[in-house]
Amino acid sequence: MSRLGFEQFPDYQVPGMKHPDFSPYESNGGSIVAIAGDDFAVIAADTRLSSGYNIHSRTQSKLFKLSPQTVLGSAGCWADTLSLTGSIKVRMQSYEHTHLRTMTTEAVAQMLSIAMYNRRFFPYYVSNILAGIDNEGKGVVYSYDPIGHCEKATYRAGGTAGTLLQPVLDNQIGHKNMNLEDADKIKLTKERAVSVASDTFISAAERDIYTGDSVLINIITKDGIEVRTLTLRQD
Amino acid sequence: MFRNQYDNDTTTWSPQGRLFQVEYAMEAVKQGAATVGLKGTDYAVLAALCRTSKDTNTLQRKIMPVDDHVGMSIAGLTADARVVCQYMRTECMAYRHSYNAEFPVRRLVSNLGNKLQTTTQRYDRRPYGVGLLVAGYDEQGPHIYQVMPTANVLNCKAMAIGSRSQSARTYLERNMESFEDCDMDELICHAIQAIRGSLGSDDVENLTINVAIVGKDVPFKMFTEAENQKYVKLVKAMDPPLEADHDPLSEEGMSDDDMTDHGPSSSGVPPNDTSDMETTASTGGSDAH
Repeated sequence: MSRLGFEQFPDYQVPGMKHPDFSPYESNGGSIVAIAGDDFAVIAADTRLSSGYNIHSRTQSKLFKLSPQTVLGSAGCWADTLSLTGSIKVRMQSYEHTHLRTMTTEAVAQMLSIAMYNRRFFPYYVSNILAGIDNEGKGVVYSYDPIGHCEKATYRAGGTAGTLLQPVLDNQIGHKNMNLEDADKIKLTKERAVSVASDTFISAAERDIYTGDSVLINIITKDGIEVRTLTLRQD
Repeated sequence: MFRNQYDNDTTTWSPQGRLFQVEYAMEAVKQGAATVGLKGTDYAVLAALCRTSKDTNTLQRKIMPVDDHVGMSIAGLTADARVVCQYMRTECMAYRHSYNAEFPVRRLVSNLGNKLQTTTQRYDRRPYGVGLLVAGYDEQGPHIYQVMPTANVLNCKAMAIGSRSQSARTYLERNMESFEDCDMDELICHAIQAIRGSLGSDDVENLTINVAIVGKDVPFKMFTEAENQKYVKLVKAMDPPLEADHDPLSEEGMSDDDMTDHGPSSSGVPPNDTSDMETTASTGGSDAH
């Protein structure tokens, strides 16, 4: 796909000759964190869009509101993100016309998984995290790999700083790897979820060059979606 | 109507230059329950008489949303209407996906008219047996379009189709001039007043009035039970639409079937190209002839 066949022959390998390489993928950076509680879900994403060492935008939201109870956060290749969210929105509208109701979060999760696997052999280079309220009113988080493997979780971090943020969430939300009495394992409140998500992002901005500028936080409850912002380092 | 040797398929002309199958398709529209559409400066309103039955749930919908800025009400074969509606929805969604904008209503109904026309010219198809009132709002303002099985698309200020719709058309014609100055509530009341006349005396219990609206800063929506009731109550307090000595529930002179000199009959007198009955209440340019 990238090189024509004849360049491999010694006679054609002239010094200084330019070989244009085409890669269909580009990483535009960004990170996402999502945390689910008993009756809420919090999803946060930074707003930096970059390409290599260049910054495209400091104010690009990576959160897509699919319905009043479901928000999708997507980081990775921005073109694939736009294409995928565009087609998901069309399918959701089709569903609403036929079934006269909005899609439930679980239904969206499954549909997203199928949509991504349909591109198994030319994947969407996107790190998706879906957060929302399920049918029973509980918060849920679904995380995806680029070919649509879907996993339900209580908390998840994705994107370029995903590997930096996930251990922090494991410790602070999942109470892993620490000696904690059962009595100290208090139930997760909305405010604590937001503050843990904010803190993890501040840490991520320190160490990951692709994450920074500001964070958009969506707090999803049965009453709607509250939006908060948090400013981060701009370097 | 009487059967004759020229009405077996769409591709046969009669010696008088008529396509009987297409005209028979128009009859299907007249069998459907009445529906009314009208527009003001900022809003377009649809009202329909929906048949409710204790056995079937309200799946027999007369008013169908197409997109945020377009919706339609139907009279005739519901199955055909569903197919047409699905086509319009797909077109609107594809346009929105490609251009990130609303499909201009005029172009949408124009495309629909072309699609309906093919069914009147192929030996292996039949005309869609449904008439539509399409209500939309876009940059050009509010629209009401009437689409018929003949593939005629008419741009209307107000229109009514379906059985016993003549009284509705008369009411609309009389009050048309005032629509531009009406606010939203008044427009809705006009729509309900217009359709009141189409309630036959025998099935007043089984027909409910459903209303939908689209307009400036108002995406297409059908009213809930509560909202419907609110407006119907408002209107009930007003006088019946026509003069007191003329009972709106009486069927004399109201039925479309009374006009025996129109429509396919054995007299062989060809009607005008646009069926006369439908144009009484419409002014403004007519499209897609």
